Amino acid sequence: MTAPLDLELISLTKRYGDALAVDAISHGFKSGVYACLLGPSGCGKSSTLRMIAGHEGVSDGAIVLDGREVTHLPPAKRGTAMMFQNYALFPHLSVRDNVAFSLRMAGIDRATRHKRANEMLELVEMSAMAERKPDQLSGGQQQRVALARALITRPQVLLLDEPLSALDPFLRIRMRSELKRLQRELGITFIHVTHGQDEALALADEIIVMNNAKIEQAGSARDIFNKPKTAFVARFLGGHNVLKLPQGQIALRNDAIQVTAQGAGRMDGRVIGVEYQGAHVTLTALVAGDQEATALVPDHQFIETPKDLGEVIGLTWDDQNAHLVSA
Amino acid sequence: MAAVLLSFLVAPIVMIVIVSFWGATEYSIYPAFQFDNYEFLFGSSVTYRVFLNTFKYALITWAFTLVIGFTVAYYLAFEIRSLKWQIALFLLCTIPFWTSNIIRMISWIPFLGRNGLANSTLISWGVIDEPLEWLLFSDFSVILAFVHLYTLFMVVPIFNTMMRIDRALIEAARDQGASAWQSLTHVIIPLCKPGIMIGTIFVTTLVMGDFITVRFMSGSQRANVGRLISNDINLLQYPSASATAVVLLITVLIVIGLLLRLVDIRKEL
Repeated sequence: MTAPLDLELISLTKRYGDALAVDAISHGFKSGVYACLLGPSGCGKSSTLRMIAGHEGVSDGAIVLDGREVTHLPPAKRGTAMMFQNYALFPHLSVRDNVAFSLRMAGIDRATRHKRANEMLELVEMSAMAERKPDQLSGGQQQRVALARALITRPQVLLLDEPLSALDPFLRIRMRSELKRLQRELGITFIHVTHGQDEALALADEIIVMNNAKIEQAGSARDIFNKPKTAFVARFLGGHNVLKLPQGQIALRNDAIQVTAQGAGRMDGRVIGVEYQGAHVTLTALVAGDQEATALVPDHQFIETPKDLGEVIGLTWDDQNAHLVSA
Repeated sequence: MAAVLLSFLVAPIVMIVIVSFWGATEYSIYPAFQFDNYEFLFGSSVTYRVFLNTFKYALITWAFTLVIGFTVAYYLAFEIRSLKWQIALFLLCTIPFWTSNIIRMISWIPFLGRNGLANSTLISWGVIDEPLEWLLFSDFSVILAFVHLYTLFMVVPIFNTMMRIDRALIEAARDQGASAWQSLTHVIIPLCKPGIMIGTIFVTTLVMGDFITVRFMSGSQRANVGRLISNDINLLQYPSASATAVVLLITVLIVIGLLLRLVDIRKEL
């Protein structure tokens, strides 16, 4: 924790009438991290982002950016910039004028405006499209323009609201590596809201998992995946079994379960699903207490000891891989 | 569809064009192909003055309906948050249209008259000593009636385009440091252009083609092209009326053509 704190949320709260959208969350973002706010829809992650951006009033609490309280400042005075979910490019302006919009609002002359816009377009490799209108661009190109438009204000923190959700799966993977590259190059803090755990794991230095208006767990991607603190986090990230055992509830990665002969493991289960997935086979078994347990079996191992639906198998795991979780 | 257009739009216009070349005496009209009607029309200074007056009404009415219509549409589209209230208030705007144009027009007369409500109120407040003569039967009352009658034709298309503006665009403008005024001039107004243009075409054509409002509200003391035509018709001078109508039609088409040059509506719709 030697890196300076860039952005700090202090018991930040958002109420809509009686409904609590964000419930007194506190968190410090280190300078220059790629952070993901991860959670199911309605968990308060978007409200949190919009409060940081200044597009949503804060009911209670404070936002401190670089040692300066910005809780009630207008969006453009905070040092943040936002990239909107559907990019929100101005349809009547060319790509270059879209990127230069904030400079125009600040009353900067045309020559300077265009020069800086061209530099930004170069950064996102969109120089060739500068004269086009947004509706003549593909989704990925629109996203680059939106990025350039947000970055031209030289923000300390870039806020991204589900930036990849409007893209097809193939493009999504390409754009996410591009986001990561840009963030490394610029060295500014990115806060990215998503409901896709694969996206968060791939991109984030730090993941903040939210549920029911609260932060469930925050930490590095690896920490979150390997040591989920709550059953919700384990389930939401996927790839985990959450099992109720006599000693309590445990989270156990699917690939940490080994399949054994009946009676030879820690518990027995009846196979209810076999899915071949190339490198491995996903076995689902019904175990004591009507719980489902999923194990990933490497394909060569499965071919040596095939299992069939209805067969009873044993399941075992190393104690170090099982983590007690709270409900 | 083609048959309807042909029999109710094209045929009457063709008929008017034909009749505009006919001849007329004090008591009869006779088929001919002569330019007398047009010569008389273009040779008279009255024509130019009346056309100029018609343009003046159209321009002033357009300016007022645009400002009022845009403001009302803006309020409905951006200030009212719930769809239910938007629909309710929008319907409220249309309620005056449940009565006829003429009734709405005439109801101004007791209000604006010499001893009308407006004058007596102003006198009782001590704002004026003498009744204002220009309130009724003047350009003021004509334009007031026009604005009252036609503002809704501006509100509807502008409201329609405003409702289709993605609200995220306004947030994006704010995020980029635009003030409320800058969002209006750089984002909302440019995106409302098609609606403004459609409203402009409605109002311009309605005002330029009107004659009854001008007659009632000016007490027959002001003239526009519509009244020129209606006077000719009253005198059974159909060829002359037709010639004036043809010139008016062409003028209006030129105006619309110029407006469409400014904004490509087809592209924006």
